[in-house]
Amino acid sequence: MFSSGTSPSPRRWRDAAFAGAVCGATALLVLALGWILWDVVRHGVAHLSWDYLSGEPRNSGRAGGIAPILISTLAVLLVALLSAVPLGVGTAVWLVEFGSRHRGTQAGVRLALDALAGVPSIVFGLFGSAFFSVFLGLGFSILSGGLTLACMILPIVIRTSEAGLSALPADWRPSAAALGLSRTSALRHLLLPAAAPAIMAGVMLGVGRATAETAALIFTSGYVDRMPGSLLDSGRTLAVHIYDLAMNVAGGDRAAYAAACVLVVLIVLIDVLSSALAQGWMARKMSPP
Amino acid sequence: MILSKPSSLLRSTRLDADPLTARALGALAVGAVLLLALVLGFLAREAAPVLTPHGLARFVASDGWFPLEQRLGLLPMVWATLAAALGALLLAAPLGLGVAVFVCFYADAATARALRLLLALLAGIPSVVFGLWGLTVLVPLIARWQPPGASLLAATLILALMVVPTVALTSASALAAVPQPLLRGAAALGLSPVGSILGVALPAARSGIVGGLVLATARALGETMAVLMVAGNVVQTPGSVFDPVRVLTANIALEMAYATGEHRAALFASGLLLGVLVLALAAAAARMPRGGAGVQ
Repeated sequence: MFSSGTSPSPRRWRDAAFAGAVCGATALLVLALGWILWDVVRHGVAHLSWDYLSGEPRNSGRAGGIAPILISTLAVLLVALLSAVPLGVGTAVWLVEFGSRHRGTQAGVRLALDALAGVPSIVFGLFGSAFFSVFLGLGFSILSGGLTLACMILPIVIRTSEAGLSALPADWRPSAAALGLSRTSALRHLLLPAAAPAIMAGVMLGVGRATAETAALIFTSGYVDRMPGSLLDSGRTLAVHIYDLAMNVAGGDRAAYAAACVLVVLIVLIDVLSSALAQGWMARKMSPP
Repeated sequence: MILSKPSSLLRSTRLDADPLTARALGALAVGAVLLLALVLGFLAREAAPVLTPHGLARFVASDGWFPLEQRLGLLPMVWATLAAALGALLLAAPLGLGVAVFVCFYADAATARALRLLLALLAGIPSVVFGLWGLTVLVPLIARWQPPGASLLAATLILALMVVPTVALTSASALAAVPQPLLRGAAALGLSPVGSILGVALPAARSGIVGGLVLATARALGETMAVLMVAGNVVQTPGSVFDPVRVLTANIALEMAYATGEHRAALFASGLLLGVLVLALAAAAARMPRGGAGVQ
């Protein structure tokens, strides 16, 4: 060694200490995650049964099931998706396919999306409660909760759809034009179908984020744990149910863990689905058409 | 339509459809910008009653948060928010960086893949589940040592766990993007693996790592439910890590349900403050120079 003044022995010590620290950090993280998951599964599984999934909550949720809560969660998600996906995919298409002629607007839209993606969920909750619930008069309802979530997941849907569209081979567009296809029909028949798996993966990411959300919903879709009769009824989502059981219901911990177990399983399923979609898309991209 | 039953391909291949498509989609894109303006505008509108020079002065002048007595001092909660977020970052940064280095330089391909999946799983766990676990496991543990347990320490630990994946995943992708010739050059110069990680790879990935840390800080500042469930929610300037504290986000979640008048406006103003703080951080992260600083 010409450059280094250290003799091999302290250096070997340093290398070993560094490797130890790095492995230690990883082990610590794995242990912490394992601890949390183990507790959730251990406390949750004991309470789980078909009756739990299909029954009405009784005694403030300490007993009974979570059927109305699952239905409300699904309804809130559907409202969020039905509003965020068309808006998001349309915006992504404009950004990739048409925006290059309006550089300024394009940059402005991207900046606004980055800003929206960073807004904390409780701030979306404040906005949703002031705008959807009070200003538009939707009150505490599945509709105002879903629309609030739509605002929250819109940047995710746009960003991933945008990435999916820009990853398509660039020469597809002039080829389509050479075949006499307008840009609109190239989009409908070629580009959007080809990017569909990537867009779906982005949508699933948004679904995962929306399913996990609590803070944006407590003042918009509310706490009511009855079976919702319409989209204008208040509906309690699974995450809000866990919060309420843990904080406001004495002795609700067991039921809270059971609901947490269901929620974590749902999120993992959504995660797996989303990465499977993304992987399938990668595989298709790699193989020649 | 002149044709009675045109195939969809023929119908949409009319070239004059393109300007219409462009305009319609452009309107959607502008809608996304308007949404941001709407969110900020509505927060400002609802906060307007206290957004006067006199009102703003009350946020910092008053020593406490007693909204029913018109005392709207936000400072204790601002300090608690900053303490929890920065504490979480101090814990998460070395841990996340360590994991990233392990994934990129020590683990074999299968282990690295498994760890990435694990990090994604950890990132996907809902904050309310972290809160539940903190409330039922972590808080009693701390209480056995230093009552009451629900404290700044509990909030910091839970937040650290929540932001570790952000730090680790962004750092790992920044490290993976370091050009291979750079690392081979370091090895050729006789640097040990550790020397090239510390002296070459980490500095080359610095901007990506810092960007990830900024994102993690923004996430920690904006987190609501987990902190609300474990921090104890007493409005006070934290004197030690065992003091129960209330952060800005938790304050909004706790009091929004019954706040009226100036109290409600003050909650919206604190939401606006949080939003602006996080946006400033995001803007700082976006302005971070791409590519490694000092590496040609």
